[in-house]
Amino acid sequence: MTALANDQPAIRAPRLSSAERRRDLRIINRGDVVYRVALLALALVLPLLLVTIVGGLVVGAWPAIKQFHVGFLIKSTWDPVAGQFGALPLIFGTLYSSLVAMVLAVPLALGAAIFLTEFAPRWMRAPVGTLIELLAGVPSVIYGLWGLFVLVPLLRDVIWPVIKPAVHWLPFFSGPFYGPSVLAGGTILAIMMLPYVAAVSREVLRAVPPAQREAALALGATRWEAVRTVVLPYGRAGIFGAVVLGLGRALGETMAVTMLIGNRHEISLSLVQPGYTIAAAIANEFAEAVSGLHLSALVYCGLVLFVISVLVNAVARWLIWRVARGSAAGSAAI
Amino acid sequence: MASPTTRRIVGAAMTGATYSAAALAIIPLVAILGMLIVKGAGSLDWNFFLKSAVPVGEAGGGFANAIVGTLLIVGVAAAIGVPIGVGAGIYLAEFGGGTVGWLVRFVADTLNGIPSIIIGVFAWTLVVRPTGRFSALAGSFALACILVPIVARTTEEMVRLVPNSLREAALALGYPRWRTSLTVVARTARAGIVTGCLVAVSRVAGETAPLLFTALGSQFFSTNLLHPVAALPLQVYVYAVGPYEEWHRQAWAGALVLIILVLLLGIIARLATRSRHERA
Amino acid sequence: MLDRATIASAVTAPTPAPARTPWEPAPVPAPVPTPVPRLAVERITAWYGTIAGIRDVSLAFEANRVTALIGPSGCGKSTLLRCLNRMHELVPGTHVEGRVLLDGHDIYASDVSPIAVRRTVGMVFQKPTPFPTMSIAENVAAGLRVGPPISRSERDGIVERALRRAALWDEVKDRLRDSPLALSGGQQQRLCVARTIAPEPEVLLLDEPTASLDPLGSARIEELVHELKHEFTVVIVTHNLQQAARVSDVTAFFYLGTLIEVGPTAQLFTAPTQPQTEAYVTGRFG
Repeated sequence: MTALANDQPAIRAPRLSSAERRRDLRIINRGDVVYRVALLALALVLPLLLVTIVGGLVVGAWPAIKQFHVGFLIKSTWDPVAGQFGALPLIFGTLYSSLVAMVLAVPLALGAAIFLTEFAPRWMRAPVGTLIELLAGVPSVIYGLWGLFVLVPLLRDVIWPVIKPAVHWLPFFSGPFYGPSVLAGGTILAIMMLPYVAAVSREVLRAVPPAQREAALALGATRWEAVRTVVLPYGRAGIFGAVVLGLGRALGETMAVTMLIGNRHEISLSLVQPGYTIAAAIANEFAEAVSGLHLSALVYCGLVLFVISVLVNAVARWLIWRVARGSAAGSAAI
Repeated sequence: MASPTTRRIVGAAMTGATYSAAALAIIPLVAILGMLIVKGAGSLDWNFFLKSAVPVGEAGGGFANAIVGTLLIVGVAAAIGVPIGVGAGIYLAEFGGGTVGWLVRFVADTLNGIPSIIIGVFAWTLVVRPTGRFSALAGSFALACILVPIVARTTEEMVRLVPNSLREAALALGYPRWRTSLTVVARTARAGIVTGCLVAVSRVAGETAPLLFTALGSQFFSTNLLHPVAALPLQVYVYAVGPYEEWHRQAWAGALVLIILVLLLGIIARLATRSRHERA
Repeated sequence: MLDRATIASAVTAPTPAPARTPWEPAPVPAPVPTPVPRLAVERITAWYGTIAGIRDVSLAFEANRVTALIGPSGCGKSTLLRCLNRMHELVPGTHVEGRVLLDGHDIYASDVSPIAVRRTVGMVFQKPTPFPTMSIAENVAAGLRVGPPISRSERDGIVERALRRAALWDEVKDRLRDSPLALSGGQQQRLCVARTIAPEPEVLLLDEPTASLDPLGSARIEELVHELKHEFTVVIVTHNLQQAARVSDVTAFFYLGTLIEVGPTAQLFTAPTQPQTEAYVTGRFG
């Protein structure tokens, strides 16, 4: 025995009798049950919320649904005074502006992602990556403000006069260009979409096993060839998912779009014409809706947007999950 | 197969292309931040922070009501949304292996994908229409609906990061499940959870769309939850699309304050997580 | 390569208990006081789903002795250990058949709470796991929080005593409020030992406690085990044969989920009765 034996023997942890232990056991079990039930209750708020949202949207849209049925989605007239509502221009505009955004953003985002994972010098990777992620945190209204006072004048007064002679004959560029347009809206959407697509693509590319790259390089490929033939095909599904994710964001963007797109219920292929999206229409017209039917028509549009967004996001998540295997990176990016 | 020279040229060209892509991707950020500072910094005087909006034509108005309004709405939204989100997140991490957990996770991800304007419409149907009035509370409710799924998922991730060996050590000491979860697991994940909440709050602070027809915005200084209230992003929007130069000038300043707020919260969140990793 | 001579020289004084069936107490009082089994397992089978980690194991652990469980990887020694404090059932899909008797009471009886069991049977794990958000003193006192309420001074006294018995007091007495993460691996493991013994469990289970420690740290833990056995019944799982030979009084050898042989350590290492035991302790397989 060592010197430890000289401690005061009085200070020992008291021991419970078996009766006390038995009573404890009931309390312990109760504590566990209460805890779990309380947390479960909080967790169930989420499904409850989703169901309530769907319910609320359907209830709010019901008068319009009853009146216009599915024809609402293919008619073009939007006349609040006469009580005629057709959402086709809105749906068209939502999809068209997002398409423009994708065409502009995806190559750049992909390029930036490839840059960050393959070509950038080590010291540059974290700062550039952080900068791109910061872009994702800029509020929509600030993009709109900048777009309104910087981008639109730039497009209208600097870029348009230069390219007009070359492209004016195309249906995509016909008509006068006043500024607020599908092009302006699409461009700002592209800028907003870019960080999401780039960040998620970067995670996807990072998940490609280094062995794959190295195998290609060992066979004599240049770095670009290794990327093109091995890395990109491997991450194809995930990159596609990243693009679809960005699309999901673009579809629902409101403030920047409504400040730049011109807000006109019109279907036109011309990028320099004003357009409209569902989100922008709701933002603009909701607070000053002319009638109950007008409001209901707007909610109906909202329901359509809700369904489209949820579907697009679900597809995106599934695609990304397949590559990133539900990793923290994947869900964090979402 | 192309000649070695061609391949090298193509390789160099593509490398250059990716450099340009990255540069082009960052240019808007630089341009926006630059413009905000150039156009907004000059208007950041005491008037701006201490005075509320004034009728058009009068000078000396400021954004005090909007700043306070944002703090109020976001504060209440956080008070509602953070406890629910954190609780749901802990549930998902500790007990979320089964069907219920899968369902809640799926729903959370779905909710995260809903455009914020739709949440605004929902809040209008649920709060504004029955009560017959626009209110700060309705705005907070809308923001809370956006907060909860974000916080739930980030909390879940953070709690999952706690190594199982810590749980086992606590259980081996005779800790009941609930005590292990609360005093060991959640406590260890505390910093990460707080960070996740900060990031979510900063995101929600910049939202305008859900407030358009819930909090509505206001010219007056108010802290009454049951009345419409101004909010920073909302006021920036109204002033930006308005017809007055004076409003435009203030919109830039408001936007600068907003971006500083958002970036600051984001940076704090980042620093907090990084220092944890370096210490542990 | 181990041979009998090396092992024999590493073993300390052999226990004088006569060889008998492991789980039966001696029928007649012998001149040498017979050790009473503090803990005994009867026909334990532990399932991971449909696979048995250990099968039909019966074994007694004598009070105030150190029993070592040895065997190659996957032989079930850790599984058995975790059955002794009802940690095995924490993994989904597992269940346990058989009885584990602590002072004659089956801890798997339906009216026994596993949590109460774990407060009586303490465990130290392979990897030191101090709670990172608590100070050193709070870590040691962590087990006390779920016991009967005690006063602040009582708690401080218990913490000091536990740290002394874990041979850590002198090194941390000036920084009880500091984070345990600043301690070395060996110190953290001794902290975990202090934390486990502070609430005075009856039995101490050690699951490869020195596996992640350097030789110096390992030596200190082994010294500790020698001292702790005077107050606790100790069961130690180790894949380090020399360590088993150094610290234990009784050794049980497992292979593929079954108990092959158990006996006084000196005897098991120098004159094992089973061929597999001999093959293992002489290093022919591992």
